[in-house]
Amino acid sequence: MTDTSDTTSIRDAVSRQLPRRYRAELRFRAAGLAAVASAVGILVILLISILSQGLPAFTVNQLVLPVHLDRSVVDPEGDASEASLRRGAYSRVLQDAIRAEFPEVTARRDLRNLFGLYTPLNATRLMDDVLADPSLVGETYTFRMPIADDLDLYLKGRLVEDRTLATSGLLTISADGDALALNSSAPDFASLVEDAVATMRAEATALDARAERARNLAAELEGSDAEDALYEAERLSAQAQALREELAENDGRIELNRDLPTILVELSGVAVRLTALDANGRSASGEAMLGDAADISGAADWTLYVIDTPESRRRVSDQAIVWTRALEARGLVRTDFNTYLFSNADSREPELAGVKGALFGSILTMLIVICLSVPVGVFTAIYLEEYAPKNRLTDLIEVNINNLAAVPSIVFGLLGLAVFINAFGLPRSAPLVGGLVLSLMTLPTVIIASRAALKAVPQSIRQAALAVGASKTQSVFHHVLPLAAPGILTGSIIGLAQALGETAPLLMIGMVAFIADAPTLGLEGLTQPATVMPVQVFLWSDGAERAFEARTAAAILVLLALMIGFNALAIYLRRRFERRW
Amino acid sequence: MPDNQSHILDQNAGFGETEPPIKVAARDVCVAYDGKQALNHVSIDIPDRSVTAFIGPSGCGKSTFLRCLNRMNDTIEGARVTGSLKIDGAEVNDKSIDPVVLRASVGMVFQKPNPFPKSIYDNVAYGPRIHGLALSRNDLDGIVESSLKKAGLWEEVADRLNDPGTSLSGGQQQRLVIARAIAINPEVILMDEPCSALDPIATAKIEELIDELRENYCIIIVTHSMQQAARVSQRTAFFHMGTLVEFGRTEDIFTNPRDPRTQDYITGRFG
Ligand SMILES: Nc1ncnc2c1ncn2[C@@H]1O[C@H](COP(=O)(O)OP(=O)(O)O)[C@@H](O)[C@H]1O
Ligand SMILES: [Mg+2]
Repeated sequence: MTDTSDTTSIRDAVSRQLPRRYRAELRFRAAGLAAVASAVGILVILLISILSQGLPAFTVNQLVLPVHLDRSVVDPEGDASEASLRRGAYSRVLQDAIRAEFPEVTARRDLRNLFGLYTPLNATRLMDDVLADPSLVGETYTFRMPIADDLDLYLKGRLVEDRTLATSGLLTISADGDALALNSSAPDFASLVEDAVATMRAEATALDARAERARNLAAELEGSDAEDALYEAERLSAQAQALREELAENDGRIELNRDLPTILVELSGVAVRLTALDANGRSASGEAMLGDAADISGAADWTLYVIDTPESRRRVSDQAIVWTRALEARGLVRTDFNTYLFSNADSREPELAGVKGALFGSILTMLIVICLSVPVGVFTAIYLEEYAPKNRLTDLIEVNINNLAAVPSIVFGLLGLAVFINAFGLPRSAPLVGGLVLSLMTLPTVIIASRAALKAVPQSIRQAALAVGASKTQSVFHHVLPLAAPGILTGSIIGLAQALGETAPLLMIGMVAFIADAPTLGLEGLTQPATVMPVQVFLWSDGAERAFEARTAAAILVLLALMIGFNALAIYLRRRFERRW
Repeated sequence: MPDNQSHILDQNAGFGETEPPIKVAARDVCVAYDGKQALNHVSIDIPDRSVTAFIGPSGCGKSTFLRCLNRMNDTIEGARVTGSLKIDGAEVNDKSIDPVVLRASVGMVFQKPNPFPKSIYDNVAYGPRIHGLALSRNDLDGIVESSLKKAGLWEEVADRLNDPGTSLSGGQQQRLVIARAIAINPEVILMDEPCSALDPIATAKIEELIDELRENYCIIIVTHSMQQAARVSQRTAFFHMGTLVEFGRTEDIFTNPRDPRTQDYITGRFG
């Protein structure tokens, strides 16, 4: 029996501690919550950024042109044989088709720009269409081809800053020597003049500020350095001065150049680029970009299209944009789901580049990994955990397996290069070798996870089986393995997911390469050159063209989808196994 | 205490007119784990068709001796068994005896109920299945039913044979495990503290069951409860520090133990 006074003192002591305990608990829970929240937040930001970057790559703007497959052009031998059809001049067919849209373009340089609206690789696609259906020869065929990658970006609004201004006046255009004189009955150009003046003033002010800084610098420096700084300051001041004078000259008339926003006057079938704006905001000079603009009077239905990104700071010319807008206006540009992303392997041209090659490469590689590392790993784990005697040798093996799991993955690549390629003579860049290397890398993970899962099966289950006369093997396969299966599966999937996202070891065995043909999904595909999804992401992230940016994110999305599918499968399988208790 | 004992005596009065034949005969059985002696020269004759209780303080080697009988010690790394151990005159530790065959005839029930994480039916059917005892599905159904009946569980689970065995209560699980053991029709059933994880009512049921099974099997039970030993067993063996101190009729051991250590233990002075 405890003394009453004792009990109260214990109670007092406990209650004195209580607030502190609760505070500690609260702090811990708050910290945990914060950690979870920040992790989720980062994940969401990551997903949003990848999605916003990658989603545009899932659509593509295509030129839908009627192409005339003249027999003499596409079938030079005239016998409609495959050999003959393969020698056809399909690029000329495409060129003729686009020229038919813009007959006014004749100069060689202009023509070259015009043919730049699409990649010449489309000629091969056209040939493939004809080879697939030779009856097309002699017919006019509606051919869809992706527009050049930069123009695709332009159409998606991702290349330039632009805006369209409504107009109120009636527009008159007349020839003025080589140039065109534009007049509006309302001050439709006024806001543009203001913008241009403001831009030039700001530029002059900025130049002055830089000159000032150079002068200050000169005061601190000595000798030739000071002279250089002073010279620089003078030069900048002169530039600012020149800008101001330009504004003051010609009654405030502003000459537009490649460093200022492009202003296009658009009316049906006609586009004029402004070369100068008058201060009155009603008149301007321009040059024809599209159609016959020399004789227009009193047109009411016209707009001003301003590209705020100066021509000197973008990859597409004003002319290409004008042509693209004209094609769009004529209904010859369609936004389609980007099937090229899935039906094509890698390509130098972003608009034709796809993940098919990498996807197939990944599938083949993972097949090898699944077929090798899972059974070998699981059986190794079963042997080590259930059968192997505990002695020096098995200890050594265990330590080695644990260490192998910590070996940098690129080392496995070196091993693969030395053993599989140099010693065994297996082909480079092949999914077979990639799979072997990744299997080696995954094995320790699978073994360790499987051993942990086997170890977690209660000893009483083994005893129960043995006690009714089951053999060791029966107890393992009837009872222990089914119970360990969920854990083994989880571990294996983690290992496989790791392998699926691995790039470094594949570097060594030549799987980081530009490969334009997808491997076949089959046994023979195992030895064909291929690459895998993460490598494709890596290669595209390095691509020079801006359109590869979106495709990189799109490839990441495909890889993520693959991973999610993989994990979903794992969860499904685990549920199934667990339902059997 | 003396009161209690007389009560026990009453309950067991009248036993022992006919001596059953010897089922298990051990001579100088020693067991060492990693060189550490756990069992010292145990010699004992255990009769058939009766219940023999092993009592003694923790760590005295009761479980160890039990495991010798179905060679479960083989599965413990570092365990070394010497001496002679015969069941029906056949040497258990003989190289020619396969432990799998031995365990088919020497069933075991453990302290903690350990049903397989499978259905009740599969739990009982597992043994007959791997030993090929049933020729047809009907046969198997029959074995499962009779085993569950013998284990006194049939009424409770007849309509839910496909439920997981682990969904039963502790006492039911232990009876399921006993049904699993008797499904392969063993000759000897070893029980290592089968009731220590159970409540009194479940314990009573198991004890009742043991008393019924005694008619057909040689049952050896390890127990920490003197009352249980007195209630269910006809013979009692007292182990102490790896040696068999005393073995005899249960009423003799409890009424007038010859060894002072036995006396101390059953009167609760240590253990
Ligand atoms: N698997 C084992 N490994 C090593 N020593 C063991 C093992 N099992 C039991 N022992 C030792 O053998 C002795 C007897 O144990 P045990 O037979 O389990 O006692 P009891 O069942 O009577 O309580 C104890 O000292 C115990 O520490
Ligand atoms: Mg014990």
